[in-house]
Amino acid sequence: MEPTPAKVEDPPPHDSMIEAIAQSRDKSAFAELFGHFAPRLKSYLLRQGTDEAMAEEVVQEAMVMVWRKAESFDRRQASASTWIFTIARNKRIDRLRRERRPGLDPHDPALVPDPETPADRSMEATQARARLQDAIKNLPQEQSELIRLAYFEEKTHGEIAAESGLPLGTVKSRIRLALGRLRREVNDLG
Amino acid sequence: MDKATPLHHPDADALLEYASGALPEAESVMVATHLALCPACRAEVRDLETLGGVLVEAQEPVSVGGDVLSAVMARLDEDEPDSAPITTTPAAFDDDTLLTVPNPLRSYLGSNLGDLKWRTRAPGIKEASVEIPGSTVRASMLRIAPGESVPSHTHDGVETTLVLKGAFSDETGRYARGDVATAHDDLDHTPIADAHEECICFIVVDGSLKLTSPLGRVLNLFVRP
Repeated sequence: MEPTPAKVEDPPPHDSMIEAIAQSRDKSAFAELFGHFAPRLKSYLLRQGTDEAMAEEVVQEAMVMVWRKAESFDRRQASASTWIFTIARNKRIDRLRRERRPGLDPHDPALVPDPETPADRSMEATQARARLQDAIKNLPQEQSELIRLAYFEEKTHGEIAAESGLPLGTVKSRIRLALGRLRREVNDLG
Repeated sequence: MDKATPLHHPDADALLEYASGALPEAESVMVATHLALCPACRAEVRDLETLGGVLVEAQEPVSVGGDVLSAVMARLDEDEPDSAPITTTPAAFDDDTLLTVPNPLRSYLGSNLGDLKWRTRAPGIKEASVEIPGSTVRASMLRIAPGESVPSHTHDGVETTLVLKGAFSDETGRYARGDVATAHDDLDHTPIADAHEECICFIVVDGSLKLTSPLGRVLNLFVRP
């Protein structure tokens, strides 16, 4: 029971659910998280051309990872949706392409550290994400389509060019335009 | 060790493809190794991953079989099978290798820099191949002695070079630690190492190299993968 009505600025519920899993192995929080993300991850995987059975398998693997790796979740670094996207992406590479996903090791002695970052920017980041969602809706269709192709059909720019019949340079410049526009809208409103 | 952050970055589309997961493994090793040395590109990739999360969030939900949730719930109490993250124990590498080669690439080397199977390709130029399973591109470490140059060459495809130690210059600029040089097939270039220090690079070539100098044409016989 919450005595106060929920406000827009409340901390993102999915972030808190992952933290509850990390802190107290909270299974009801996990089930809720599953209820939200599993159908969307499956949708994302199907869109990439993964078949039904494999999509559910990757969803299963990804959600088990969410449970196991909850301790490494840090809302200052990434939101729940970003973090879960990267887990599902890596599982897909692992299961479908049977490739390793080269990633970074935060303890690597050769790593050049980030410049000092302000303590907690998660609230700011939450608002930026909401604006990003709107900005994507407002993109010209040719641009939003290419962004979706790049993410969902997991195509290299060369493959997108070959299939769409557009010259590679056009594909690249449209994607660059779209990304620049998304970034501008997110920053300008800040 | 060079404290400056890189001036030359991978193509913007390589970062997007790395973030979306489309980039093949060898090119991903290249990008990830650059990321270890480049906070600016790391921030860029984080933004692109945020975009991925937003796009997943905006997906029309598709019903998931009820057995998937029960299968997942049943696995939550299982002991974590060691998913064996392929990180090599730091003890296995000497300081030179640890500090020169960032982790994404280091885990593919299999031995210290000094113990790789270096083959002489030209006077002052040594190359050791880097095994990336299932990869069709050619990945290797290149060692250029101080002041030496790689025989001028062109490529069938794209040649991407990441500098790990020292620096080299070619017709397109000077590249130091962390810098990525992307040479397309039309570029005929002659990279030359700085005079005071050897240069160590990681190179990924999509397609084969064609040496274009007279000496190079003879060496062509040796550089076939």
